[in-house]
Amino acid sequence: MVLLMLPFRRAKSKHDERRQVRVWIIGLGLVFPIVVLAALLAYGLSIGERLLPRAGDDVVHVGAQGRLSNWTITYENAPDQTTEGTLHIPAGRPVDVAITTADVIHSFWVPRLAGKLDAIPGRVNVLRIEADAPGDYAGLSAEFSGTGYDRLIFTVTAHDAAGWDNFLRGDLE
Amino acid sequence: MRALERHRKLTAIWASESGLKSWFSTVNHTDLGRMFLVTAFFFFIIGGLLAMLIRAQLATPQSAFAGPEIYNQIFTMHGTIMMFLFAIPTFEGLAIYLLPKILGTRDLAFPRLTAYGFWCYAFGGAMLLIAMVLGIAPDGGWFMYPPLSSSIYSPGINTDFWLIGITFVEISAIAAAVEITVSILKYRAPGMSLDKMPIFAWYALITALMILTGFPPLILGSVLLEVERAFGFPFFQVDLGGDSLLWQHLFWLFGHPEVYILFLPAAGVISTVLPVMCRTTILGYGWIVAAAVALAFLSFGLWVHHMFTTGIPHMGLAFLSAASTLVAVPTGVQIFAWIGTMWKGRPELRLPMLHLLGFFFTFVIGGLTGVMVAVVPFDWQAHDTAFITAHLHYVLFGGFVFPIFAGLYYWLPHVTGRRRFFRLGELAFALVFIGFHVTFLAMHWVGLLGQRRRIPTYAPEDGWTTINLISSVGSFVLAIGIGMILIDVVLHALTATRGRRNPWGAGTLEWAMTTPPPAYNFASLPQVSSREPLADDPDLAVRLAKGEGYLGKPRNGWRETLTVDIASGKPDMHVIYPANTRLPILMSAVTGVFFLSLLLKFYWTVPLAVAGVVFLAWKWVWILGRRDDLEALPVGLGVTLPNAAMTGRSPGWWGTVFLLTANATFFGSLLFGFAFLWTVAPGWPRRSGSLPRSLN
Repeated sequence: MVLLMLPFRRAKSKHDERRQVRVWIIGLGLVFPIVVLAALLAYGLSIGERLLPRAGDDVVHVGAQGRLSNWTITYENAPDQTTEGTLHIPAGRPVDVAITTADVIHSFWVPRLAGKLDAIPGRVNVLRIEADAPGDYAGLSAEFSGTGYDRLIFTVTAHDAAGWDNFLRGDLE
Repeated sequence: MRALERHRKLTAIWASESGLKSWFSTVNHTDLGRMFLVTAFFFFIIGGLLAMLIRAQLATPQSAFAGPEIYNQIFTMHGTIMMFLFAIPTFEGLAIYLLPKILGTRDLAFPRLTAYGFWCYAFGGAMLLIAMVLGIAPDGGWFMYPPLSSSIYSPGINTDFWLIGITFVEISAIAAAVEITVSILKYRAPGMSLDKMPIFAWYALITALMILTGFPPLILGSVLLEVERAFGFPFFQVDLGGDSLLWQHLFWLFGHPEVYILFLPAAGVISTVLPVMCRTTILGYGWIVAAAVALAFLSFGLWVHHMFTTGIPHMGLAFLSAASTLVAVPTGVQIFAWIGTMWKGRPELRLPMLHLLGFFFTFVIGGLTGVMVAVVPFDWQAHDTAFITAHLHYVLFGGFVFPIFAGLYYWLPHVTGRRRFFRLGELAFALVFIGFHVTFLAMHWVGLLGQRRRIPTYAPEDGWTTINLISSVGSFVLAIGIGMILIDVVLHALTATRGRRNPWGAGTLEWAMTTPPPAYNFASLPQVSSREPLADDPDLAVRLAKGEGYLGKPRNGWRETLTVDIASGKPDMHVIYPANTRLPILMSAVTGVFFLSLLLKFYWTVPLAVAGVVFLAWKWVWILGRRDDLEALPVGLGVTLPNAAMTGRSPGWWGTVFLLTANATFFGSLLFGFAFLWTVAPGWPRRSGSLPRSLN
């Protein structure tokens, strides 16, 4: 912005055109953005790499199926448990959510736990989330799905170790 | 022959019919360019009113202003109208009006095609407007993702209006692109080699080539989706072997280049207007052209960044994230070339310059948020929130609307031949600038707080109430500002204060004529020897009016011009244009019958419409046929040229080549779709033994 305002105030430049091309186009136009962007890109990729789901012993697997009415959650550790609109997870352990859809495209998003990932017909996308502390986290469906889209929200409930065992046994408090 | 007598004779040959009739039969590029621009701004007003309705709805929580069914139509139509019925046609209109004048010739390559394109645009746009008035407008969001837009989840006719109406409008984009490409390559003033071409023409050429390669994937996608909806072919239905991701690929294969299709002509306006406002020449002409070409190529390689959240493999994400950040480099080259131009010259704060400063400020912020969303982890959070909506408005309003307003005020004296009398423009600019930034800065913020795009309403406890109200107030200030600009333009056209010729002291050829421009542009065509012919020779306009150039003697009632060799700019052919005709409007009406029959499922009229188009096309070429051979003709200044119809590489040949390019992209996209379904679709019918196991 400063660069924009200055030419209004100063007298006509005495430099020749070739030098100006060197300064403005090669210096500021080419070198400057390339350096900044390369650094930013490297940073972004390394962060992205850390967010990837990796195999581990204490990873909990759940399934989330998007519907125009609500999200349906299934649990690998408790095959007979199904919840609507609420995802129960243990706090402090990584959770892999297998995201699918029963109808149109949805997107699974719990802003405080992870980025969003789409639910696409015929595909399974896996999102790694992890809650540091027990509590309720708001979740949203983030791909426009027609009327009723604004009401397509859900809750993620993170339990402490005891609460999670209770949940798996089917005792919801 | 005196100048006035020459003017009368040329006007008799070139003029459109008088009165209302002229609208339907004109093939003159000045008329059609103005008609394009007026229609596009009409749609701009409608799209803007829809935006006001959106902001009215979101101003307060749990608003009962519009129900979700209506609200979904409103935002879908806002996006669709602004993209397809305002932005692209504005570029087409500006290029159609300006190119022959800035290139120093008398008309575009195919005058009747210009008219055909305009009428396709007008009829297609009217179809969408009628759908909106009847309350059956498309409602699936402007990018129409299946399966939401498939017949199961959108059974109404709404989606068909989008698919068929937009395809109809796209005909005009393809027609204009072919026209613009051939005109820039062949229809220039003698001596104007490629490196002496005004930089606006370079940008228009690159944009037109991008339209020819960027629009066919969208047209293909629309055709496939409509075939799926109407006849049940499962291109995007996963349980029957299709894949809904194919639509996203085809759509963004168009959609991302589209952003640059809008930005490049605006950059052409900036590169033309900015040096004149700074009383200098553009810095780094060659670098800017190279950067624009690089931008065009790169823009086709990063459509996937609209699909970062669809779960594509991480390697692919890394590659495309790199490409998305890389695209900032040629943009940076252009921005710094423009800032360098300002340092080189002595900028004056006139009205077009104000809008250019508005562009710099807004577009740089839009570019920075663009780099932010190119970083994948950030995009996983921001995707589909109001942050993205705000980002894209910074890019499109900053990168397109501000430069177009600069161009509007810059070329307005050329269109009307008048001087600004009321000083409404400066105040209007201030309102637009302030209103825009209040609206969309607030929207960035509320997006980061988690407000999703396209929600019809929200709850008071979400905590977005104040920010949304601020944003809505800002948007109404913005709307008042734009309303004042339009009033300013109308007042300008109505006040009778004649302006002087070339009011800005520009160096390009469009100012070497009387304003408003005569139907024939130049009484005789100039011989060009530099990038700014008018700066070298301020009396050029007078000399051309006296007939001291090529083709200064009207003969046989012919609309004559000449074409040049593509690279060197040496004159190589003599051209006779067709005269006024109603054929284009008739043919686009019959084309409209074709689309309308598909829309209303009156399939028995489809073959009739096709036969009608074939018959009219046959008549179209028949009119220009000659029964005798034309000898080589003298064109003035001692040069004799063969007539284009007598040579092998006529303009029609070139037009066919570029139309076939668009066709090749269309069928190339079809092959891409087939390969995509074959390799990637989860439910593709497996033929035993025909696929490698890794693909199953």
